[in-house]
Amino acid sequence: MDALKKELKESIIEQLNLEDLNVDDIADDDALFGDGLGLDSIDALELIVMLDKDYGIKLTDPNEGKAVFVSIEVLAKYISEHRTK
Amino acid sequence: MKPCYINSAVSISAQDTLKDSIFLEHILSFEGKLARAIHPNYKLFISPIASRRMATGVKMGVAAAKKALELAKLETPDAIITGTGIGCIEDSEKFLNAILDNDEQYLTPTSFIQSTHNTVGAQIALTLKCKGYNVTYVQGAASFESAILDAQLMLHENEANTILVGGTDELGKFLINDIILAEEAEEHPILTPFGEGAHFFTLSSLKQNNSFCVLKGLKIFNKATTETIQTKVEAFLKENHLIPEDIDAIILGKNGDAFDILYQSLQDSIFKYTPQLHYKHLCGEFFTASAFGFWTATIIIKQQYIPDVLKLNSIDKSGYKNVLLYNQLKGQQHSFTLLSSC
Repeated sequence: MDALKKELKESIIEQLNLEDLNVDDIADDDALFGDGLGLDSIDALELIVMLDKDYGIKLTDPNEGKAVFVSIEVLAKYISEHRTK
Repeated sequence: MKPCYINSAVSISAQDTLKDSIFLEHILSFEGKLARAIHPNYKLFISPIASRRMATGVKMGVAAAKKALELAKLETPDAIITGTGIGCIEDSEKFLNAILDNDEQYLTPTSFIQSTHNTVGAQIALTLKCKGYNVTYVQGAASFESAILDAQLMLHENEANTILVGGTDELGKFLINDIILAEEAEEHPILTPFGEGAHFFTLSSLKQNNSFCVLKGLKIFNKATTETIQTKVEAFLKENHLIPEDIDAIILGKNGDAFDILYQSLQDSIFKYTPQLHYKHLCGEFFTASAFGFWTATIIIKQQYIPDVLKLNSIDKSGYKNVLLYNQLKGQQHSFTLLSSC
């Protein structure tokens, strides 16, 4: 699980161009949206594509997305339970 | 046409023009075919949250625009008018390559959103919260001049009092290699490197304390030959109540290709005894490179000084009141721009 969390942090930093952050700056329980990393709705779309492309997970229900993208901790747990690749 | 005062001029180019305290003092030379811009610390101009989605051209444009407004002590202009030849090619390439690499699957929105030609003008407006007139002109080598012409007309018609006008183009990573290959196949190719840059200016209808230059006239036309170009210049000057002898410096967009004969025909005739200048060896050739020429003209008038690196001949004048710019690309998209002291 720790390896997956690190991989997710690296992907998020790279794909969302969070130039000023490195893996150690993101805590597992930091909020991804709002007061945490401050991601927005465009980032949410990028994350949905990332889940599909890298882990074979298709998110179609917006409410499900809200619950999944709470933090790295929650996201990693969801991926490990639902990944198809 | 009413006078159009220039109150600030900012350049981000392959020379360190944003930082250089003395006009073109430290000249950088280029290895290879590309003249990439010298980038400032963008954190001084753009918040990290906003800049993380911006490609090179957008960052250059927003930074140059904000600096131009700062120099003019202007918070929000009435209009923002931008010119670009190739738009946000970096994000266009990214998006199109993603389509190919992923077999039209998994397309992310960011590069698509930012890939349109009007992204720079839009991002400037968003940064300034400016809801005024916002237009981007895409007219090849006359893109910047088209933007300036629109600004001139708006000021003339009293539709705006202060306007932010600029030209931006970025090199990108992929298409430029094909352009270089195509150019190398030409018998007389472009000899200057290919460049990029962002140049922004604030214009006003009324003379202000910081006005240092005035746009007297501008003309864009698509075709000319060595036989007709002289007549066209004389007619343009006549429209502005001048004769060739009144021009204190002519700035030419020479790039070394076969079409330089158009410039040469003017150098050898009506402007034989006029200080002749060029600039594309410093900034590279790109669709809005003429904005670098425009920037040099404004600084020459402001400082009454011409750096040696710009000179094509050894003729000097005691003062530089009227400066004429002539640019064209591949024998098309010609423009005359006349700037004067105020």
